[in-house]
Amino acid sequence: MTKHPIIHQAPSPDRQPNVEDYPALCARFRWADAQAELDGLPGGKLNIAHEAVDRHVLHGAGDKTAIRWIAKDGTVRPISYAELKTQSDRFATLLHQLGVERGERVFSLLGRVPELYAAVLGTLKAGAVYSPLFPAFGPEPVKARMQIGACRVLLTTETFYKRKIVPIRQELPALRHVLIVGPISEALPDDVHSFDALMAQATDGPGIVATAPEDPALLHFTSGTTGKPKGAIHVHQAVLAHHISGKLALDLHPDDIVWCTADPGWVTGTSYGIIAPLTNQTTMIVDEAEFDAARWYQILQDQKVSVWYSAPTAIRMLMRAGAELASKYDLSALRFLASVGEPLNAEAVLWSQDVFGRAFHDNWWQTETGAIMLANYATGDIKPGSMGRPLPGITAGIVERLPDGGVREITAPDTPGELALRSGWPSMFRGYLDEAERYRKCFADGWYLTEDLASRDADGYYWFVGRADDMIKSAGHFIGPFEVESALVEHPAVAEAAAIGVPDDRAGEIVKAFVTLHRGYTASDDLEKEIMAHARKTLGPAVAPRIIAIAESLPKTRSGKIMRRLLKARELGLPEGDTSTLEAFA
Amino acid sequence: MTRDQLRHIFIEELMSIAPDIDLDGVPDTADLRDAVDLDSMDIMNLLIALHQRLGVDIPEADAIKLTTLGGAVAYLAERSSAT
Repeated sequence: MTKHPIIHQAPSPDRQPNVEDYPALCARFRWADAQAELDGLPGGKLNIAHEAVDRHVLHGAGDKTAIRWIAKDGTVRPISYAELKTQSDRFATLLHQLGVERGERVFSLLGRVPELYAAVLGTLKAGAVYSPLFPAFGPEPVKARMQIGACRVLLTTETFYKRKIVPIRQELPALRHVLIVGPISEALPDDVHSFDALMAQATDGPGIVATAPEDPALLHFTSGTTGKPKGAIHVHQAVLAHHISGKLALDLHPDDIVWCTADPGWVTGTSYGIIAPLTNQTTMIVDEAEFDAARWYQILQDQKVSVWYSAPTAIRMLMRAGAELASKYDLSALRFLASVGEPLNAEAVLWSQDVFGRAFHDNWWQTETGAIMLANYATGDIKPGSMGRPLPGITAGIVERLPDGGVREITAPDTPGELALRSGWPSMFRGYLDEAERYRKCFADGWYLTEDLASRDADGYYWFVGRADDMIKSAGHFIGPFEVESALVEHPAVAEAAAIGVPDDRAGEIVKAFVTLHRGYTASDDLEKEIMAHARKTLGPAVAPRIIAIAESLPKTRSGKIMRRLLKARELGLPEGDTSTLEAFA
Repeated sequence: MTRDQLRHIFIEELMSIAPDIDLDGVPDTADLRDAVDLDSMDIMNLLIALHQRLGVDIPEADAIKLTTLGGAVAYLAERSSAT
């Protein structure tokens, strides 16, 4: 299957990898046994924050550094497990004092600052549900998610508050309190508070709430091809999969310095940028600054990072910055490199093997799966370009959907089909908030259907083929074409819009939008820029199209549905396929 | 090319990538990714646009030098005099 050389990993002389014998571990692994790795709370209760922080303090590791936070100016601030416990206890108390009830949602729209970590863990301790928003979202994506999630409390900065919340504040009836992290320069409304001021008053709280394993804990939004974003609900029991996958797929050991570069605004930044490194009692690096190749190498060197979990876009940008830059740094502390977000191309795997002497281990999972499901491990072979093999405890398969709503498993090797997972693992999402029907449609015959197309080779390695739908993946994150199109058609000149992903050297794909104009408007560069400005203002730079093209018409089916696939085929110069259902162009 | 001309070109290319932003009151030393809604991809696209427009070689590792208005003008002045 692979055209690229397989990387045979030699056993490390000084370190026992957590996965030593993959087939044997898969054969004996039981989730029920793995549960013993967690402490739990009395009476069969379970709370993610207890497993991540409090239990380590109880076991005498309170002085250990949980987070080494690196400010934009390079200042390093260590935060111990004991301090993180105190701060998260306080945040739980603060929520209690604000009258936040169990199950209510606390959102963050915040950069990577220390307050965020105390707040996430404190929210879980309070029995409330935490939902992250990506800071590069504009007001529209923020509003849609906060409305669906009925956000009670929002944690943000004064700048983000003014720029992204004030314009939509009236449309958020469930929102009771806004907590401002950092300086406040002017008087704000009564329901907007200083985080620091409230934290200072939040002593003597009721302590951690004894949540049940199936109580909701996290709400992660993901975009759909049609309709509104979907809020995937994860429960406290998910911590078992966070912990185990961190241990097995990322080879986390308690003496590791772990750097997950994903923003906490996305699921990876929560599962592996907060929870798994902490439950495994490692020290994690949090860098406040945005990507910069030299800065990243400096951090890897100075902080002696041993486990580095990153994403293809960043890796490709490092490749473009050149091996010479990397060679100026001492990266000898690096032991395990992993990548997620989209398939990591084989060239990048081989480049990392050349430049770092360590290959990136690609792995695969989704918002809905909550944790890594397929991975290349620290032992055995890495097949460059492959997503790897299922985690112990996970059954993956390639299936074909049948007309009766069921599925048939495809067992022949190297045959493309839909990647599916046997339902029921601990971090599987338990629903899409208020969308029972959309949730039900994700399952058939005991399988969770991922909508990713893949094949499995004779050795059991999975290979990504493509998406079954029109979702766009840019810089590792899904962007729903519908969300983009809905914003575009709100511009007075735009009659119709279609958004597709077009290939990009760094981001994998970028969003390109085609628009048609209402009568009375004439295509021009200025109008294109005006539509672009509108899209960026409403959607934010992470979601807005990077290219807008004004078209005479858009191809549609007889029923009037815009054919994004045909637009994409044309854009890529591919055969256009069966166009018999196409309507004559207007 | 004078610094004023470089500044003008920088702003023109920036506004072409992100026509939504308002640079009024943004200090020369402010990180544009914080001061206005710009992300790392925007900066990378700006780097490419400036390379094409000015014909100066800008290594991708130097993207960070384009993140403030003042820093970008100084950097571009240095690069264009070197070539």
